[in-house]
Amino acid sequence: MKKIRIGAAQGFYGDTIEGALYTAKYGDVDYLCFDCLAELTMAILAKDKAKDDQSGYTKDLSNTMKALLPFVKEKGIKLLTNAGGVNPMAAKDEIIRVAKSLGISELKVAVITGDDVMPNLPQWQQQGISLAHIDSGEVFNAEREYLFANAYLGVWPIVEALQQGADIVITGRTTDSAQFLAPAAFEFGWKKDQWNQLAHGIVMGHLLECSAQSTGGNYSGNWEEIDFNQIGYPIAEIDETGTFVVSKADGSGGLVSFDTVREQLLYEIHDPANYITPDVVADLSHVQLEEVAKNEIRVSNVFGKPAPERLKVVMGYTNGYMIQTLIGYSWPHAFNKARRAAQIIEQQVRDKKIPVDELHFDYLGYNSLHGPLATPPDDSINEIYLRLVARGNDKRMLNLIPRLVPPLALNGPPSLGGLINLAPRQLLGMWATLVDRTIIEPQVEIHFETIAQEVS
Amino acid sequence: MKLVEIANARCGDKGNKVNIALFAKDPKDYKLLHEHVTAEKVAQHFQGLVKGEVVRYEVPSIYGLNFVLSDALAGGGSASLRVDNLGKCFASNLLRMSIF
Repeated sequence: MKKIRIGAAQGFYGDTIEGALYTAKYGDVDYLCFDCLAELTMAILAKDKAKDDQSGYTKDLSNTMKALLPFVKEKGIKLLTNAGGVNPMAAKDEIIRVAKSLGISELKVAVITGDDVMPNLPQWQQQGISLAHIDSGEVFNAEREYLFANAYLGVWPIVEALQQGADIVITGRTTDSAQFLAPAAFEFGWKKDQWNQLAHGIVMGHLLECSAQSTGGNYSGNWEEIDFNQIGYPIAEIDETGTFVVSKADGSGGLVSFDTVREQLLYEIHDPANYITPDVVADLSHVQLEEVAKNEIRVSNVFGKPAPERLKVVMGYTNGYMIQTLIGYSWPHAFNKARRAAQIIEQQVRDKKIPVDELHFDYLGYNSLHGPLATPPDDSINEIYLRLVARGNDKRMLNLIPRLVPPLALNGPPSLGGLINLAPRQLLGMWATLVDRTIIEPQVEIHFETIAQEVS
Repeated sequence: MKLVEIANARCGDKGNKVNIALFAKDPKDYKLLHEHVTAEKVAQHFQGLVKGEVVRYEVPSIYGLNFVLSDALAGGGSASLRVDNLGKCFASNLLRMSIF
């Protein structure tokens, strides 16, 4: 039975390239697939593009391509990535530039566009299309300042690009696992209604999209026994039935086990019987994981249901600013000193009528990660940092707050050390909605560019 | 007994929601998790941190329960003032829960 091997390349914008490079050298893969986009990443890239028309894709693209393009030529490994962010056409130009600089020719690059729906918003509103919030049902507020609006595209445009001979496919916003499902759907010629196969393929993508999270990264069990050095990124060997085996390249660090794989299986999933993607609704509530060899887990018994009628659209809007200041206090009574400092600042903000929507205090070393669930600190605790955070719309006024802090060193509780002011940061609200896929899919386009062989 | 003794857990965020997948380390303890770690008890455990409802799903073939916590991140990753703005510590927080 025909099988193909797909390797995970990057799990987010900024992920190391070492895992992908090791897989390219020793993993015997046919495809390397990237997931570079989180909700927050789109906001970062949208801000980049607002400053410079030629940016808006992930900046590490140049380095990843420089490292991996030689393997596209030498070993015929195809690269699929959503690193295009909010500017996939500019990302394509950069890939071509890197390829030329490496002397690589006869490279076919496909770009998929149509996920950017910002230009469609006014028209949709005129047409009375509901953009109500996916969870709360709240009505869409058109008055806000939106930085980006992108629909989550599915797998079929990527499959079409592969059918047309692309070596590299670059997209903007797709569902995270689409890059990984595409090679399987293309190689095995899966039809759009082969739900069980597609469901296996999307679950395979889900297990690969977060790089080492399937191979021992972030594992909550015996993590002390994991070798995190040169941790292997997951590789899936998948056949035409959709059943696949997760492994990693020989000699790499990490661990592929029943435990590490099942942890990733439910990561960021809500109802396991209805894992909704643009291409198939997967039911993984009866999934079987079987250890077939050391570091090899076979995944089977996934079922598929028809694709949804509507696609998810996520928009990001500006939502005020936050400023942060940290102040440390030492034993004895570190917690009480920090708490008193918080009261002093709170009183001053009120007295000076600095407009804030929220003042938030955490005690680092005590409750900053666990909030109200933290167990109270023992009075013998060595040190505590007060983290003071304010949120508001007026950046200038917010900046008055950090200035209230230094005088505490002389005017407040004893033994203050380690004053750290952090720059104000813009906050973003995320608006997720569902729209009929018939108003998105007609916009999707595939563009090709080939570097021809150079005449010598 | 705290859950950390018999269970592993991983969490992830989506907007203002967090999911926590809880797994029995030993398959025979799945029954114990199923019986004692109800949606109501998880909601109670996260009081003050999670403002919305908690829904529980079951995946017995991998000895796992999946909890979805709504209105859990003070607005979500890019809007929250919290240090753990992506809810990466919710799973360890659940492992602190005592079941008897």
